[in-house]
Amino acid sequence: MTLSTDRLLELYRQLVLIRQFELRAIDERRQGLIPGFIHPYIGEEACAVGACAALRRDDVITSTHRGHGHLIAKGGDVRYMMAELAAREAGYCRGKGGSLHMTDFDLGILGANGIVAGGIPMAVGAALAFKMQGAPNGAGLRVALAFFGDGATNQGAFHEALNLAGLWRLPVVFFCENNQYGEGTPQHKQAPITQLSKRAESYAMPGVTVDGNDVLAVYEATRQAVERARRGDGPSFIEGVTYRYRGHYEGDPQVYRSREEVERWQARDPIPRFRRTLVERGIAEEQIEEVEGQVLTLIEEAVAFARSSPPARPEDALSGVYGDHHNGAAF
Amino acid sequence: MRTLTYSEAINEALREEMARDPSVFIMGEDVGVMGGVFGVTQGLIQQFGDARVRDTPISEAGIVGAALGAAMMGMRPVVEIMFGDFLGCAGDQIINQVAKARYMSGGKARVPLTIRVTTGAPGAAAAQHSQSPESWFMNVPGIKIVAPATPADAKGLLKSAIRGEDPVLFFEHKMLYAARGAVPEGDYVVEFGRANVLREGYDVTIIAIGGMVPHALAAADALAAGSPAISCEVIDPRTLVPLDAPTLIASVKKTGRAVIAHEAHKRSGPGAEIAAVLAEHAVDYLDAPIRRVAAKNVPLPYAPSLEQFVLPGKHDIVAAVKEVLR
Repeated sequence: MTLSTDRLLELYRQLVLIRQFELRAIDERRQGLIPGFIHPYIGEEACAVGACAALRRDDVITSTHRGHGHLIAKGGDVRYMMAELAAREAGYCRGKGGSLHMTDFDLGILGANGIVAGGIPMAVGAALAFKMQGAPNGAGLRVALAFFGDGATNQGAFHEALNLAGLWRLPVVFFCENNQYGEGTPQHKQAPITQLSKRAESYAMPGVTVDGNDVLAVYEATRQAVERARRGDGPSFIEGVTYRYRGHYEGDPQVYRSREEVERWQARDPIPRFRRTLVERGIAEEQIEEVEGQVLTLIEEAVAFARSSPPARPEDALSGVYGDHHNGAAF
Repeated sequence: MRTLTYSEAINEALREEMARDPSVFIMGEDVGVMGGVFGVTQGLIQQFGDARVRDTPISEAGIVGAALGAAMMGMRPVVEIMFGDFLGCAGDQIINQVAKARYMSGGKARVPLTIRVTTGAPGAAAAQHSQSPESWFMNVPGIKIVAPATPADAKGLLKSAIRGEDPVLFFEHKMLYAARGAVPEGDYVVEFGRANVLREGYDVTIIAIGGMVPHALAAADALAAGSPAISCEVIDPRTLVPLDAPTLIASVKKTGRAVIAHEAHKRSGPGAEIAAVLAEHAVDYLDAPIRRVAAKNVPLPYAPSLEQFVLPGKHDIVAAVKEVLR
């Protein structure tokens, strides 16, 4: 399926926005604006952008501990994201979640997640709701997409979730970002298979492996999976093969891999690669540079917004536990 | 007033709530065709169909996690976990996902999710089918914990759980399923955080939870008939989170003595929290140390002779009351 110039530029904008957001967050953490730890997504941007490009606004995603990219690709506002990282009242979670728990229900972002594989059953449940609620005015079912890493495929929650989805033919897409490492241990020391999409077969769903650094390949695979789900034909599994350039968390000494290995993958960076594609498709250099400039402006605005927002107030710590008057109750 | 069993009262609450609200559905192991391993969901699949009364694989983490996602998307799932002992299989989903979803999102996530689960020893079921795990989750803010002791409360509290906006662990005691009691006609709810004073008295307050409530009432009868007669106030907190501490504190200020009875193990059981609350707020009114009547701190054994030795009962409550009155 061919995308218009505008859509291609939008995908590029998102790729660059994710990269720049992460670089700036790393920097602001060093400078002291951000108190908590972060797990940078740098290098994996094509997975989030390609996958979310195949979703509607009313579709939903569940995300991971490495979730900034997923949020931005699903439409997340970088001002609220930066404010949340900076522990401000104006942040996505009013300073209660931080990097690991950013959520925006209006955009179908059911939350980043601090537990590996923790969000996958949630996506299956959202898909169950969509199936039970039926398709709104013939537009096809709403779809849930679960992002998770290669490490999550060894968790029980992953297998229980895929089993339910396959059994009940739910409108859900399982998107595995195989970045080669589960924290500091390489994939080959964590599972007895290398092609993780093979896991799909035992749950009666199609599984494909795509180049996770090729945003258009990711988009095409996800588009097919989403269409299948919308029609009511059930779940799919996509493995995007990719790589993270930074450590598991920012500050990770990365004793488990060589500089050369990282550089080999950096030569396949999804962003310059897609930029070349845009040029090959006849998009003018000025248009591309304009997008890059817009991104830098957004990042500056996000940081300024975070800095100018008041810090989360201690008394707010007691609210939001329950949906009724039991919040902050002494007993 | 008409009478129903505890099991029938729960079934009626489910039936009425499903009829009232199409977003309510049931999911769990053997809840459909089989009607639940304890028979609580019998007849519901015939009335509401297999999409709303869903038999699931044996997959507690998957079931609870899926219920969470469905709840966030506007459904009101009622999950059945066959034995409280199996809650551990869904531990991460309950503790890290369900209970914290609203708070972590800054108050935005709605999680109207009821987890019905059995608790207590049914007799010779041994260590993995007999536990009373209520207090495992009392240390997890974000989930409400309910332990009904009568058919009327079971129905009214379950309706509150299903209509509420928050996740609830609803502990049904296996030995109460056949217990019969008066249940009002028509629609009613029992609010969370309201203890029930089942019997008024002035010598001692017995706070009893779930399956220990009938034992506490029997003990109070026996003590009232003894010589000298002892007057017991018997209170069922009904919900452990939120806890109606003011009612418990007021009673202990009146009687000056407290005995807390539950089937969970004594160490860090619900009674530990209740005793601490009473000590914090009523210590100057106490005429005797607070006593806890609970299961001994060993896994539940299989042999009835061993199990009866480990589990608390009416006689332990009687003995504890006499001790605080000595």
